[in-house]
Amino acid sequence: MNDQALLGLRPDLRIIADHVAPGARALDIGCGDGALMAALRDHARVDARGIEIDAANVASAVARGLSVVQGDADIDLAGYPSNAFDYAILSQTLQTTRAPDKVLDELLRIGRKAFVSFPNFAYWRMRMALLWGGRMPVTKALAESWYATPNIHHLTIDDFRALLKERGIVTEGAWFLNGDKLTSAWAANFRAEHAVFLIRR
Amino acid sequence: MEHDERFGHARSVTLPGPLALDGGQALAPVTIAYETYGTLNADASNAILICHALTGDQHVASVHPVTGKPGWWIRMVGEGKPIDPARHFIVCANVLGSCVGSSGPAMAAADGNPYAMRFPVITIRDMVRAQAMLLDHLGVRELTAVGGSMGGMQVLEWAATYPDRVKSAVIIASAARHSAQNIAFHEVGRQAIMADPKWRGGDYYQSNDAPADGLAVARMAAHITYLSEDGLTEKFGRRLQARDAKGFGFDADFQVESYLRHQGLSFVDRFDANSYLYITRAMDYFDLAEEHGGLLANAFRASATRFCLVSFDTDWLYPTRESRAIVQALNAAGAAASFVELSSPYGHDAFLLEAPELNRVVDGFLRAGGL
Repeated sequence: MNDQALLGLRPDLRIIADHVAPGARALDIGCGDGALMAALRDHARVDARGIEIDAANVASAVARGLSVVQGDADIDLAGYPSNAFDYAILSQTLQTTRAPDKVLDELLRIGRKAFVSFPNFAYWRMRMALLWGGRMPVTKALAESWYATPNIHHLTIDDFRALLKERGIVTEGAWFLNGDKLTSAWAANFRAEHAVFLIRR
Repeated sequence: MEHDERFGHARSVTLPGPLALDGGQALAPVTIAYETYGTLNADASNAILICHALTGDQHVASVHPVTGKPGWWIRMVGEGKPIDPARHFIVCANVLGSCVGSSGPAMAAADGNPYAMRFPVITIRDMVRAQAMLLDHLGVRELTAVGGSMGGMQVLEWAATYPDRVKSAVIIASAARHSAQNIAFHEVGRQAIMADPKWRGGDYYQSNDAPADGLAVARMAAHITYLSEDGLTEKFGRRLQARDAKGFGFDADFQVESYLRHQGLSFVDRFDANSYLYITRAMDYFDLAEEHGGLLANAFRASATRFCLVSFDTDWLYPTRESRAIVQALNAAGAAASFVELSSPYGHDAFLLEAPELNRVVDGFLRAGGL
């Protein structure tokens, strides 16, 4: 995908957009106002569908011509047939679901592969905030106080790797972000603020 | 095209038919009253069919000849609106069984007398087949279909019956089948009409004395289902009508009573009681899944149609879960579907009222489909 199309996309979405095969079918779960879907459609001819919980976001996405359905990742994935998509995409949403492990199962049932991106709770700044401040960390990436955050299932990169291993899920790719810059896999659980995984059964 | 008699407001055409009906009978000829707005482009690719609701008609954006009121959907259809005669060729036809110019119980049968109850019972699919005959006559093959309530049922039926003709489908505040509760409310209305001694088994046309009381009660009962409880409370509460104290009688003490009576009375001036029976029957018979082996997804298999569904959070007549069931079926069938539940205090009627979010969604959806 050309750089122009990616401009303005959130860094984790940029990574996903860069690695979705042109012409593929993709389901973006928690698609927001459809920024990633629009980029995938316009620049990689991807047949993108979306699910989004917020009505105003859905209206915005539909108004830009995208096929987006108002729904909840915890409930509404069950209605999709198996292997209906080349990719299921879950960006910055896993930690907000009630049953992340079940949602993960659903992703890999509906999609042949899945992209999952999430904020890493073991990022060193988080650890420092908790260690020295003794309070739930509030950072740029996780900007809300403990009582207001939609993130009800915080996880770390190593937590996610452990879950994949436990479920026999294969990692095809992993990218780590510090701010909006890619960082190496070395000590990622400590050094990376965000992670993007490409996984399959 | 300027002088083509087929196009314009207040049009009517009588097609030879026969139209084979789901009930086993055939209708011939078939008269359809309709209106068109805008101009069909050279490759006939800008047609939008608007399907009206139970008591709607073809006057979607023109003054109603009986009531003198503006068209019933001028918030959606008109210059600068999502459906715009400057860009689109818009068709709206009075449904089969109705009473605003299309074949229905009030129309004369072959013997010169009104059909009355001799008119065959029709279905939503029969209405759609009649519309397809009209569009053939107008030279329209591919179309976008848009409708709310019963109009949405017709749009669903269009997509299921003529998948290769429907490019995009907009279904607002609707359902893929009538629930027991929906049927129950309609039955109350029908019984009110048939209990009126002036109904006379449907043969009241010669008497010039229609069963207005029964029809008014039917309308009153139905009208409640179009509004939300919060809407009624906000509009009327328990306020009294033009009096300071309760009358200890059975006049319209409460404002809401007065309002409903007015709704009933003004309805009978523009609608035929037998048409009300026939159209509510068609809606009650509607169950799209049943027509496709019991599985709604089968209605949309291999469909290339783009779908957009909208529901309203206070609509308890066709609540959001009905739209969700359709969306699930569309997803299961792999069809391109969009769906959003919009917030409105107005209940089922919300789709006819000022709803900027609805316009934004419909506009974006139509434009994305090349319209």
